Amino acid sequence: MWRDAVLVAGKDLRIELRSRVALWQVVPFAVLVLVLFGFALGPGRAALRTAAPGLYWLAVLFSTILVTQRSFAIESGEGTRDGLRLAGIDPAGVFLGKAAAVAAQLVAVQVVLGAGIVILFDVRFDAVWLALVASVLATLGLAAAGVLYGALSSGLRVRETLLPLLVLPIVAPVLIAGSRAWSAAITGAVASGASWLKILGPFAAVYVAMGVVLYGPLQETA
Amino acid sequence: MTARLTRWTGLAALVTTALTVWLGLWVTPPAKVQGTLVRLLYIHPPVAWVALYCAFGLAALSSVLYLWRRTRSLFWDRLGAAAVEVGVVFTALTLVTGSLWGRPTWGVWWTWTARLTSTALLLVLFLGYMALRRVPASPEVRARRCAVAAIVAFVDVPIVSFSVDWWQTLHQRGTVLNPGLTLKVHGSMAWTMGLGFLAMTLVFVWMVLVRYRLEVLADRVGDEELEVSLSERWAETGGVPSPPAAVQAPELWGGRR
Repeated sequence: MWRDAVLVAGKDLRIELRSRVALWQVVPFAVLVLVLFGFALGPGRAALRTAAPGLYWLAVLFSTILVTQRSFAIESGEGTRDGLRLAGIDPAGVFLGKAAAVAAQLVAVQVVLGAGIVILFDVRFDAVWLALVASVLATLGLAAAGVLYGALSSGLRVRETLLPLLVLPIVAPVLIAGSRAWSAAITGAVASGASWLKILGPFAAVYVAMGVVLYGPLQETA
Repeated sequence: MTARLTRWTGLAALVTTALTVWLGLWVTPPAKVQGTLVRLLYIHPPVAWVALYCAFGLAALSSVLYLWRRTRSLFWDRLGAAAVEVGVVFTALTLVTGSLWGRPTWGVWWTWTARLTSTALLLVLFLGYMALRRVPASPEVRARRCAVAAIVAFVDVPIVSFSVDWWQTLHQRGTVLNPGLTLKVHGSMAWTMGLGFLAMTLVFVWMVLVRYRLEVLADRVGDEELEVSLSERWAETGGVPSPPAAVQAPELWGGRR
């Protein structure tokens, strides 16, 4: 399972390295979202600074949708998904590999977004470690939930409209816990911020586990 | 047998609902604090009970039974779909009746309390399930997708309600309006509320039975239409059937193309 996961993740990331879709489309999109939020809230620094964690995580959620869609768009061409199955790769490995690749791309997006809110919204972190831990856990959860639903809607003609409807309510806890943990990291209220990790951690664990179990049935032939 | 069961359940649901309405609106006295508003409480908690526990519990259970190989049958798929549809209606009713009660009691239609917010998210989650179900695919593929979606959504519910609960208690302290649900229910009011629970559960069972039958009929119509149009095509080509592979190819991977 793990070897297959590494193979699939390597394949997805290699395709990304060569096509650079995430780099040249998703990252600019995420930054654009930040700038648009800035326009919507006005130039007042105080308002922007308070809203920054929420805006950051909303931008991450939107990027998750795009990265997931891309992750399954590369599978749909010329029966690639069927090829993966014929190659005898463990479905759980496919899930873990795709989730790892999505997570890696989300980390890249978040690095840029984090710099974005520091530069554009003038945010200073009091507890950087808290923000980092929250990000890592949230990314795992987002990638797992995204890939699970991406597989569900992959190959459907309506996937562009269906995927956000399915994924966004599911990842609402990540938005809540992530932005609360980040505001705590900014203001330095470490104790209350750390308690939000108790939601992000189980969320990631539950969705990774569900993906490992449920990805197999999703891939079966009719 | 099923038709009879449906008929009797429907009849029982009708009678108990009518009794609840009669008791709730005319027989029971207005409450001390809430006055006549209390009458909404004969309906709202039973509706919420059906939506949150009966409907989505049944949907999750039948989805698990569908995915488990030993018990896999389209019966569970249809049952789950019926339960979700009825559950969505009841969740919407929960929100509507809650709002109607909240406006005169709290002064607002909506507050961001944990319960309201997580119920609304639940509604959206299962609307997503219904959207997924409408996507054309072969019955087995659709059943598998929908079963996975229902399980994922069901598992999400406790996480959502936890996170919203924390979010609200940590950050909206003071604006929380005490719903004052601790009023003592007694006498005819308790009876009426109990009857309300029974009535709504019967309505739920009846609706699921009807919806299940509709699902079976819809599938049968789909199959027959396919056969009719196939034989029409054969007649057009002068009795020579077009290669069956051409017909079946789009179905091979769940009707995508």
